[in-house]
Amino acid sequence: MSFIPHTNEDVAEMLSVIGASRVDELFDEIPSTLVAAALQRVPPALSEMEIGRLMSERASLDGRPLCFLGAGAYEHHIPAPVWAIATRGEFYSAYTPYQAEASQGTLQVIYEYQSMMCALTGMEVSNASLYDGASALAEACLTAVRANRASTSRRILVPRTINPTYRQVAQTIAGNQNVVLESVDFDRSQGRTLVDALLPHAGSDYAAVVVQQPNYFGVLEEVDALVDWAHANDMLVIAVVNPLSLAVLKPPGEWGTPAAAKRGADIVCGEGQPLGVPLSSGGPYFGFMTTRMQYVRQMPGRIVGRTVDADGREGFTLTLQAREQHIRRSKANSNICTNQGLTVTAATIYLSLLGAEGLARVAEASMARTRELVTALTAVRGVHAVFTGEGFHEAVLGFDRPVAPLLAALAQRGIQGGVDLSEHFPELGPCLLVCATETKTSDDIARYAQAVDELQNPAALARGAA
Amino acid sequence: MSDKLPDDLHYTKSHEWVRTLPDGGVEIGITDHAQQALGDLVFVELPEPGRRVAPGESCAVVESVKAASDIYSPVGGVVIASNAALATTPELLNQAPYGAGWLMRIALDDQGARQGLLDADGYAALLAEEQN
Repeated sequence: MSFIPHTNEDVAEMLSVIGASRVDELFDEIPSTLVAAALQRVPPALSEMEIGRLMSERASLDGRPLCFLGAGAYEHHIPAPVWAIATRGEFYSAYTPYQAEASQGTLQVIYEYQSMMCALTGMEVSNASLYDGASALAEACLTAVRANRASTSRRILVPRTINPTYRQVAQTIAGNQNVVLESVDFDRSQGRTLVDALLPHAGSDYAAVVVQQPNYFGVLEEVDALVDWAHANDMLVIAVVNPLSLAVLKPPGEWGTPAAAKRGADIVCGEGQPLGVPLSSGGPYFGFMTTRMQYVRQMPGRIVGRTVDADGREGFTLTLQAREQHIRRSKANSNICTNQGLTVTAATIYLSLLGAEGLARVAEASMARTRELVTALTAVRGVHAVFTGEGFHEAVLGFDRPVAPLLAALAQRGIQGGVDLSEHFPELGPCLLVCATETKTSDDIARYAQAVDELQNPAALARGAA
Repeated sequence: MSDKLPDDLHYTKSHEWVRTLPDGGVEIGITDHAQQALGDLVFVELPEPGRRVAPGESCAVVESVKAASDIYSPVGGVVIASNAALATTPELLNQAPYGAGWLMRIALDDQGARQGLLDADGYAALLAEEQN
């Protein structure tokens, strides 16, 4: 049989029905200035053997750099069983099922995933995942606007300590639905958002405040004070968290002081990549979202529940999806369903294998390595810690000259030295956001510090050689 | 359609009913036909009292196990009450669509605003037509 769905005759017939003369005409509404030229350097077709060889050659050009990059995606050790199990035929699909009658095993994995995300975040309900951390924040903003019945506002306070790329994505998605994101500045010495910076907004109508913990700079926000302030002003709290950090930090469901009338974040979201998903050039990753039961119908996505069948036997089923696009069309809570089923499966296996204790050990080791890295690098002349606030497993380091040439020189030596913050935070001067996870050894850190010393202070190199 | 339609109500083509209250306001619900078509209802989302609705505006959502459907206000006015009992017992909509399963009460902007609604005979004819 032919695997080509439409014959030339089929295409001609369909075109004649709609009154178009050729297929390209269907794309006429795209301005010609936006249409890219043909891909000059991509050959038309290669055999399996040829493409295999080409791709291994290209891959070898990457080398095996020593990676101190973080800023939202993190290199962690992934135990071999994680992907050995995740890629078994029974699990090997990118898609979260739509059908209530989907495989019980697949549904159970999602149920376990939701249960673990609820436990980590201290929330009551979790959806079955979203695309990634950035779009999860956008969805959380839209959820908050729908959920906050005390407010008619579509404005949300977004501190500048939120990952700037998350903010850009949230602006693109939620901004086009008339949600307005307003910036809140951070304290230059501590590197975090102070309640003082929120005070000018008190008494104004906002749907929510976003709090990222640890924040983009790796610094821990004073979440209790921020949450109490938000709730006192009838705003919901959207928490953006690194799920790994929750093994050692207070879960967002418990943020706020015990004496406050309402405790905890209202919506929690973030990037699931640290949980067993490889960096792989930026994706596929997965986003997560959890919330309180009272907002469950405002949350996008679907939920798997545990139930019993007609004979009283335990089983799993899709319990909430009525607000999704295949049912609600244009009135859906979100047009983002999910095709991150496989990465979610890997994360569920990763969490199951490590357990609470193993996860805490990874988090603690990453914190310790980053402290070691900061100590080693700030011992180099011309390098200093920028913020005084306590951190998790990332830190901002300041330099006495622009960092782009330094990063290029480090890359020559096989070291990815960090993320240059000058694009998003020029006011901080030359700065790098650095991260060391449990994958880095003391030797790795010493090698990085020595390379920086040699590049920053050539006299040191000359002395060493003499 | 075995049951007779209450003839003191007005109806819409989208299967809502309208009851005129002694104070001149109206009570709104969904018809027996609508609840049967939707199946077992599990959740009802109602407008907050004080909200202004325009005729034909989507003002509530009724959700069954597999679908969520909009309810359109048959009239224009201000919502003065919504049926709080539906929050915990949405099945009232299935059990008593013309009574305890009412959705909301609205104070009309304009007493003439009910024009265009069907009477019981008109709605019965619509149902008969839909069945064919």
